[in-house]
Amino acid sequence: MAAKTSIGHDESQAKGGLVASIRRQAEQSLAFASLVLIFIFFSFANSAFYSWSNISGILLSTAVTGMLAIGTTFVIITGGIDLSVGTGTTLTAVMTAYFLSDLKMPFAIGIVVGLTSGALMGAINGLLITILKLPPFIATLAMMLIAKGLALVISGVAPIYTDSVSGWDQIALGNLIPNLPNAVLILFVSAFLASIVLNRTIVGRYTFAIGSNEEATKLSGINVNKWIVIIYAIGGLFTGMAGILLTSRLNSAQPALGAGYELEAIAAVIIGGTSLLGGKGSILGTVIGSLIMAVLINGLRIMAIQQEWQTVVVGIVIIIAVYTDSLRRRKDRS
Amino acid sequence: MSDEQLLVVEGVSKGFPGVQALQNVRFDLSAGEVHALVGENGAGKSTLMKVLSGIYKKDSGTVKFKGENVDVAGPLEAQHLGISIIHQEINLMPDLTVAQNIFIGREPKSFGKLFLNDRKLNKDAQELLDSLKLPLDPTQIVGELTVAKQQMVEIAKAISYNSRVIIMDEPTSSLTPTETSALFVIIENLKKAGKGVIYISHRLEELGKISDRITVFRDGQYIDTLKTKDTTIEKIISLMIGREVHVDLRPEANTSTSEVVLKVEGLSSKRLLKDVSFDLKRGEILGFAGLMGAGRTEVALALVGKDPITAGKVEVNGKVVKINNPADGVALGIGYLSEDRKRYGLLLGQNVDFNIILSSVKRYSTALGFFKKAESKKVSEAAVKTLSIRTPSVNQTAKNLSGGNQQKVVIAKWLTRECDILIFDEPTRGIDVGAKEEIYKLLRELAAQGKSIIMISSELPEVLRLSDRIVVMCEGRVTGIIDNKEADQNVIMQYATKYRN
Ligand SMILES: Nc1ncnc2c1ncn2[C@@H]1O[C@H](COP(=O)(O)OP(=O)(O)OP(=O)(O)O)[C@@H](O)[C@H]1O
Ligand SMILES: [Mg+2]
Repeated sequence: MAAKTSIGHDESQAKGGLVASIRRQAEQSLAFASLVLIFIFFSFANSAFYSWSNISGILLSTAVTGMLAIGTTFVIITGGIDLSVGTGTTLTAVMTAYFLSDLKMPFAIGIVVGLTSGALMGAINGLLITILKLPPFIATLAMMLIAKGLALVISGVAPIYTDSVSGWDQIALGNLIPNLPNAVLILFVSAFLASIVLNRTIVGRYTFAIGSNEEATKLSGINVNKWIVIIYAIGGLFTGMAGILLTSRLNSAQPALGAGYELEAIAAVIIGGTSLLGGKGSILGTVIGSLIMAVLINGLRIMAIQQEWQTVVVGIVIIIAVYTDSLRRRKDRS
Repeated sequence: MSDEQLLVVEGVSKGFPGVQALQNVRFDLSAGEVHALVGENGAGKSTLMKVLSGIYKKDSGTVKFKGENVDVAGPLEAQHLGISIIHQEINLMPDLTVAQNIFIGREPKSFGKLFLNDRKLNKDAQELLDSLKLPLDPTQIVGELTVAKQQMVEIAKAISYNSRVIIMDEPTSSLTPTETSALFVIIENLKKAGKGVIYISHRLEELGKISDRITVFRDGQYIDTLKTKDTTIEKIISLMIGREVHVDLRPEANTSTSEVVLKVEGLSSKRLLKDVSFDLKRGEILGFAGLMGAGRTEVALALVGKDPITAGKVEVNGKVVKINNPADGVALGIGYLSEDRKRYGLLLGQNVDFNIILSSVKRYSTALGFFKKAESKKVSEAAVKTLSIRTPSVNQTAKNLSGGNQQKVVIAKWLTRECDILIFDEPTRGIDVGAKEEIYKLLRELAAQGKSIIMISSELPEVLRLSDRIVVMCEGRVTGIIDNKEADQNVIMQYATKYRN
């Protein structure tokens, strides 16, 4: 609770901005420190862990869900949620592959189709939320089912292979930078761009404003509905990107692959310190959150821990991450 | 005041389900004028302001802005016309900074409108704050500010639009006298710059200082408009309420006994309090006076277990007690009415009945946990009646009540719950004069029944009138405990500023 303070220019107030910004950085470095700790732990636990081929494998395995997590960060900062990004990835992958293989469209069209179908799905989510006033949970749950079904219909419940398109697999697996899969490069470049959009542009500012107090944002004369549609569309753009990466990596679209990715993405966002209540969050945190999940799963696998137990550990990590986060918030307040 | 008419409202009506909030009202505003609007809680003041600023659509009537008929369709249209508003309830984005809040929707940009220019944003905000002499840091996160400072952000934001008409809906309800005078200076400057200000307040004594004319609404209807210099507070009150009200300034009968129910000795807390000692007797009303930041709210928070106590002793009914969390406070029969009703007092999405019964649910449920609906309804309906809460029924959602009526609901909630020790923090904020009298009467009755009351208030006349004794605080310490007979405003102010230069 806010303490009453006098009108005078007291010292704590003058330092407020600085203290706040230091604290924000500390929050991030806390997540970063956990990542480093987990990393060091596995390096000592198993020598196979600390090798470049394993590390680049970890990075490659984060590419798709990391991309989804970046898009989801925007949505969660508005105080919303997007459950459709998992099967949305399937649908955009199937769409892309369908245009490339069945319709024999060129490479570039494949990319455009992937991105626009993702953005369109996001925009429809946004419209359901603003025009029909459905809660984000319901709107995107419905979209999740619709995308799942459409992916099966379009693909005819069979994989669509893209090996007829020369170089398609190079999008994810090529090496513009030696020894680094392109998918990883694309993930980091996307994260960088997303971070600029979130922190330096008007969309980003309104993302935080809406999540912080939608009513007040509306009363300030901002067309909140329009911006919500735009923000969900941006989220969808990253879903499209994830779909493209997935088809490229597998050189095919798998009509059953993607369901459940949304939960991994949401988990990464939350571990990265973005508040489910909206108004707070960062792309850097999300990237770190994605890496923590990927490193954990890889490390446990290398230590030959059963798949079943890996999942249990990830669940526990989410509890610890969110609990320490809320603990720190509580301390801040008193 | 010039003769240029900025705003003319004629025959405006606005209804909500079950309530006719405005009925054929009129209002006008000239350039360089402060026109005050007063009326009881629920009289329709905020509703008219929301019509003028495009938040509500009027059912009928006309609004002329600079001589032309306008239809203010939304907040953005109001901005474009040049009408800005400070809302009665704080409406800010708590996760954004002061500067980001002030210029939301009008952010300076760079590189061909693509990117935000936060350096310019902060610089502009700093210049604005300096010109208004408001001690705020543009880069501070708004959620970390006190309510009073958030109110200053609202003021700065409204003025930054550089509008011709500025509406202030109870801007001073959470400000102290110092901050209020700072606001009055700002208003004087606005007048000089030829702007028009609509000023709403329940602190009627402010009107004499700041307004040129006063318009009174009652029950959604226009009653009269008077020149401030030709009228008196008594006249205004009688127009507001429709009858004479005897505003009693004498202290009420003292009902305190010699039995000490709460004894606080050497209390310190991490945040502010240093060596606070006082006692509270059965049947006593103990006033707490002091400036903002004196630590009065912190005493309350420590006693109800919200703030950790670092040193000192608390005795309830002669027994030393440990209060570590809010449940301990409740178990000891200590009730706390918070000064921040939106965050701690009211469930805005629930109805009036639910809110009033909330903290006494146990009393109104059966052994199996079923709710005794009829019984609870009877109680909440009675409370609505005694406090004259203006609502179509107890089933109305709390957020649809006027600001003052929401505050009354919070008071009703704590009166319904039977606590032996009640702490009221700024209980009459935003409440009209008539209802204040009712609340004073109720507090006095409670004391006569043997309850003990701590009343924290920034309004000195209220403290003087109601308290048996007055504890004055300054900078986290108790600087004086005065018997009502010896107290007056000067004595209190002396103690309240003891540690100030
Ligand atoms: N959105 C709404 N839905 C239903 N009723 C409403 C709504 N807004 C206001 N009212 C009702 O309209 C009447 C006038 O309310 P208004 O907020 O204008 O009062 P006010 O004069 O500003 O009072 P206060 O001094 O308490 O702020 C009240 O009875 C209130 O309950
Ligand atoms: Mg009002």
